[in-house]
Amino acid sequence: LHSQQYFWQITLRMNEDLKEMLESSKESLKLEAMKRVVGLIAKGKNASELFPAVVKNVANKNLELKKLVYVYLVRYAEEQQDLALLSISTFQRALKDPNQLIRASALRVLSSIRVPIIVPIMMLAIKEAASDLSPYVRKTAAHAIQKLYSLDADQKDHLIEVIEKLLKDKSTLVAGSVVMAFEEVCPDRIDLIHRNYRKLCNLLMDVEEWGQVVIISMLTRYARTQFISPWKEVGSSDEKAFYESDEEKRKSAEETKPYAMDPDHRLLLRSTKPLLQSRNTAVVMSVAQLYWHLAPKHEVNIITKSLVRLLRSHREVQYIVLQNIATMSIQRKGMFEPFMKSFYVRSTDATHIKTLKLEILTNLANEANISTVLREFQTYVKSQDKAFAAATIQAIGRCATNISEITDTCLNGLVLLLSNRDETVVAESVVVIRKLLQTQPSEHSDIIKHMAKLFDNITVPMARASILWLIGEYCEHVPKIAPDVLRKMAKTFHNEEDIVKLQTVSLAAKLYLTNSKQTKLLTQYILNLGKYDQNYDIRDRTRFIRQLIVPSERGGALSKYARRILLAPKPAPVLQSAFKDRDRFQLGTLSHTLNSKATGYLELSDWPPMAPDQSVRNVEVAEAVSRSTLAFDSDEGPKNGHSCEAGSRSGSGSGSSEESSSEASESDSESSSDSDSGTEQKKQSEAKPAQKVHVKPFLSCKLWCSVLAPSQVEEKPKKEVSLLDLDDFSPAAVTMTKSSILSPSVLSDLHGLSLAASSPAIQVCVSPVFVPVHTYELLHRMTGKGLAAQYHFSRQPCIYDDRMISVQLTFSNNGDHTLENIHISEKTSAGQNIHCFSPIECLEPEKSVTVSMGVDFNDSTQAASFQLCTKAEGFNVSIQPAVGELLLPVTMSEQDFSKEQGKLQGMNESSATIAMTPESITSQPLHRKVVNMANVGVVPSGQNNVHRFAAKLVSSGALVLVCVVQKDSGAQLTVNTEKTIIGSMLLRELQTVLSQGS
Amino acid sequence: MIHSLFLINNAGDIFLEKHWKSVISRSVCDYFFEAQEKAMEPDNVPPVIRTPHHYLINIYRDKIFFVSVIQTEVPPLFVIEFLHRVAEMFQDYFGDCSEVAIKDNVVIVYELLEEMLDNGFPLATESNILKELIKPPTILRSMVNSITGSSNVGETLPTGQLSTVPWRRAGVKYTNNEAYFDVVEEIDAILDKSGTTVFAEIQGVIDACVKLSGMPDLTLSFMNPRLLDDVSFHPCVRFKRWESERVLSFIPPDGNFRLMSYHVNAQNLVAIPVYVRQNISFFESGSSGRLDITLGPKQTMGKTVECVVVTVHMPKVVLNANLTATQGNYTYDPVTKILVWDIGKLNQQKLPNLKGSLSLQSGAPKPEENPSLNIDLKIQQLAISGLKVNRLDMYGEKYKPFKGVKYVTKAGNHGHFVVTNWKLHNILASPFYV
Repeated sequence: LHSQQYFWQITLRMNEDLKEMLESSKESLKLEAMKRVVGLIAKGKNASELFPAVVKNVANKNLELKKLVYVYLVRYAEEQQDLALLSISTFQRALKDPNQLIRASALRVLSSIRVPIIVPIMMLAIKEAASDLSPYVRKTAAHAIQKLYSLDADQKDHLIEVIEKLLKDKSTLVAGSVVMAFEEVCPDRIDLIHRNYRKLCNLLMDVEEWGQVVIISMLTRYARTQFISPWKEVGSSDEKAFYESDEEKRKSAEETKPYAMDPDHRLLLRSTKPLLQSRNTAVVMSVAQLYWHLAPKHEVNIITKSLVRLLRSHREVQYIVLQNIATMSIQRKGMFEPFMKSFYVRSTDATHIKTLKLEILTNLANEANISTVLREFQTYVKSQDKAFAAATIQAIGRCATNISEITDTCLNGLVLLLSNRDETVVAESVVVIRKLLQTQPSEHSDIIKHMAKLFDNITVPMARASILWLIGEYCEHVPKIAPDVLRKMAKTFHNEEDIVKLQTVSLAAKLYLTNSKQTKLLTQYILNLGKYDQNYDIRDRTRFIRQLIVPSERGGALSKYARRILLAPKPAPVLQSAFKDRDRFQLGTLSHTLNSKATGYLELSDWPPMAPDQSVRNVEVAEAVSRSTLAFDSDEGPKNGHSCEAGSRSGSGSGSSEESSSEASESDSESSSDSDSGTEQKKQSEAKPAQKVHVKPFLSCKLWCSVLAPSQVEEKPKKEVSLLDLDDFSPAAVTMTKSSILSPSVLSDLHGLSLAASSPAIQVCVSPVFVPVHTYELLHRMTGKGLAAQYHFSRQPCIYDDRMISVQLTFSNNGDHTLENIHISEKTSAGQNIHCFSPIECLEPEKSVTVSMGVDFNDSTQAASFQLCTKAEGFNVSIQPAVGELLLPVTMSEQDFSKEQGKLQGMNESSATIAMTPESITSQPLHRKVVNMANVGVVPSGQNNVHRFAAKLVSSGALVLVCVVQKDSGAQLTVNTEKTIIGSMLLRELQTVLSQGS
Repeated sequence: MIHSLFLINNAGDIFLEKHWKSVISRSVCDYFFEAQEKAMEPDNVPPVIRTPHHYLINIYRDKIFFVSVIQTEVPPLFVIEFLHRVAEMFQDYFGDCSEVAIKDNVVIVYELLEEMLDNGFPLATESNILKELIKPPTILRSMVNSITGSSNVGETLPTGQLSTVPWRRAGVKYTNNEAYFDVVEEIDAILDKSGTTVFAEIQGVIDACVKLSGMPDLTLSFMNPRLLDDVSFHPCVRFKRWESERVLSFIPPDGNFRLMSYHVNAQNLVAIPVYVRQNISFFESGSSGRLDITLGPKQTMGKTVECVVVTVHMPKVVLNANLTATQGNYTYDPVTKILVWDIGKLNQQKLPNLKGSLSLQSGAPKPEENPSLNIDLKIQQLAISGLKVNRLDMYGEKYKPFKGVKYVTKAGNHGHFVVTNWKLHNILASPFYV
């Protein structure tokens, strides 16, 4: 028999059997019994009697039995506190277990036992676990904090200490749980977050989904207290953001102090943005609310698409998301207007979804799209769901009041609906027409007449009351019909609903005042009927009206004013969205959904008027970095902290080496993805010339220190390079005049880092495939009167500017006297940018020195000419680049290669056939020849006879693709590049090289 | 966060309860029953219900209400998303998420719920981790267990939870290494009476079944990734690589998972694969009506349209239908008023037609709106958006995996509002090349 079908054969005598089974010595019986007990618990049956029998098994070796006992213990410990204490020592022992998972599970159960006596034990266990080596145990400790807090709130201060400690934790496992604990225990202690702020932002991507939600909502609150508002002047900023940049410039010129976003504020926005693509709807929603509450107005739009995506999820998700969209769409129609069709109602939608969609469509309606919206509404009115049809009519009414152009159209449409067969539709139409007529007090007597005619057929009380009210209110427009309606009402008065009766009394009173000749008797009749009505409201009203309009002999001071009281012009009802004020709650919260403050709701504070101190978020520099970094910049500390963390994480990760390396490149390219904010950063850097350099990778940071620390700190340009923005951080930003101290390897490392970030799709190699040793003569010693100069293409990415090619110059003094002040004086060739080496003070005889310079050849082989000077003389020299040196190698996959090649066909392709010597058939010599001749990268190839090489032109960045297909006796050589001249030159040279024997 | 969970069936029986903090009496569900009564239909029950001391957040799935009890402020989506994960986990473990399956496996359910939440905060929701902790039931295992008394609880300790790749368990081993990807696209379209597209959009998902040993690092690339307008990913996908290179780079979870879902930005260019000529009319007198529907293929890119089913929700007054179909069968249910015409494969030469008369309730007024048609269909080996997978590369492991596409079809159940609607599913069939 199926072992789990025990569940249904439970009898009352079962408990005795279970006890016996639990106390038996057989493991299988015990397990079976525990399964039954859990079955009882699941059904909500009381199994507390078995406590003594169950608790004995807490130290059992069987894993499943143990787990089931834990389940039982946690469920009943609160009721059987004394007995529960028997199990504590088992957990205390397990807390010392060498296995981290056992330690964690012991802490989990221990902290779940809600017995106040063990609070000190729990406290001790939590404190110990918080400094456990295993992040998993620390995570469990974070969970336990909340449990202990709910058990004994007096422990708050101690718990905050633990939270503070755990907040510093760098593990992604812990982050979510500890922030959760923070939110529960001490959400007001925002000071604990300062130093962990940047770390949390950076870790966010790697935290598990549920933790992300918690962290994001906490950071939203944090940011609202720490940064100043990015929403310039409220109201006008919206429109202005759309205008051209000159407009903006003018505007910022007007403002005395332009707004500059705190880099930390930007960091938060940037690190949450990718999470909009999460599969977890709660994460997407929390990022959306973060952008809504924190981002500059023009950046909020990026959340639209993701929110609309959530509408394709489950019904319940739709409900919440639609509510939030409804709130947003009131303030910012533009955000959702392009997606209006997504809010069209479908017949299968649940009623509350339909109503919300209707709400949003109404909010989005404007002059331009109203015809579409109305057409859609027309279909809804015909819906079989009559409650929904009625809601649609209300929505039409709202559109009609909001958009004055269509008021008449809507009114006519609604009047047509008055002859609808369904009475709810008619009733709702009447009510809405009444409201519309009231807002439009112009002549609409024909509509009132029409309604009066329909009056007999309408049975819904609210509708009847509305018509009566309308007739009474505008009785002067329908002088003939009004008394007749009153006559009819007098006949049916006793059968009407209360609400209709009240309106009949009002109508009578109004008519009495305006047309007493015709209606005096009718009014008195109705007042008499009302006087004896069963409902005291009606009796009251009747008495009041009678006193007002037909004053008795004594007094009646009010009756003079009766006309002014009853026929006073009444303010039109405001038809507005039910979501109008919902934005007082943070979006995405339970309170927002309920539209009332839920227990434990934390208010979102207003932006502070002045920015609080930014430096509180700074963290001491990690010890691994030398002190010199501090002089360099005080703000890069947290970055270091993070990168250390990142490094260690990927290092310890169980993934293969490929995994970690690809992760590294991922983090490198992280920043480059988001270029729009890059420009923002630039703007900001102009505004605020603070000396800040944020370098993300730890390695590069160290390099910078070692490279720059000695002398060049003061020469560093006042340019702020933003956090994580490696693409901004091109070496061009830091113009170094004295570069000779940079060793080539450091250079290449630096470049690898920055360039890899700039074009991640097709990555520029960190180091060239091959550096030929060939040197060219710049200046012969005879011509140079003792000074000889040679140049050599180092094939390193140039540090001065990434459009330049680095050239190494070697000067040697072959003369017999010291040469002084060797420098470049005059750049003769036009259009070529040359970055000179720093002057060489002196060069002793028989000595030589190597310097490097950068030349931007503009992707041509035209020589760069300049004057090389010594103290005494000048020599005209020129550097002639080989076509192969104008390139930088790139790595790409074979498939990228073919894709790119596909784009560079026709004109951009040049090819030739070459005869090859047999020895060059194998790929190795061929590779060597090609990379020797040109600075290209080798593309890994799946086929043996096809060799692919890729590079890009240094100056323009255009791709150059070389493909060699070997055949029996020759090879087909193809060069694809958009720079056709370079292409053909390269082809020619390659042809020459390849056809030579090796 | 989440205090308690109650599972309630359609009849209003609470058949399972689980508390993560102090016990909350099941009487709290009375507020839910009240709302349920008011809502008439299960779909109309509001997902968030306020009671004097608690908040109830519920989902309705597979004829079960998952009602969670909340005491303090929490993002409602957080709870809703979690409850759906729980339902999916049951589906994953027991094959279906029904009352019977849950009752049969109550111990495993309890163990799962215990692992998924700690003190109301999600702890392990990844299927891979949970399966290491608690083994899913199989017939063989439950037989063996009942004889030997061995357990469902994994002997090994979960490794995934501790690693940087929490969705994948360590030490996966297969003799046949294989990776299958299903690209499933759905067209959602609303057409008006004349056949003009009112609204059309394409949504797709890529479901994967990856059974590879070790720690493979996969890269999936598309021929035309620009087609994808909006995407969401499984957490394993490296978002940065997607941003920069438009390739999906990931260490896959073991087994079945949804790699990504996407939306195709096609605006009005959505190819509608079939056309409909329809005429449904009701006569004012004589209490009868006429129905005439013809379907034909259009823009099918040379593929056969299969499994065509036309569903018509008739107005309440239609008593019966007397029709003849040139192809397939039709049924009319006079209780639910649903006419279903199962056509099957769409024939290019001979267009299927359904024609005949409808009998109406005598004396009742003629229905004011013409019913809408829902069309369900399927095209194998075609992604209607034109999305094509280019290739799949594997790094990090030495063996050569078998890669390919398995054809899967799923029927959607979104209905539409306007005169004619469709729903269809197209399956991509471009085989990978390696």
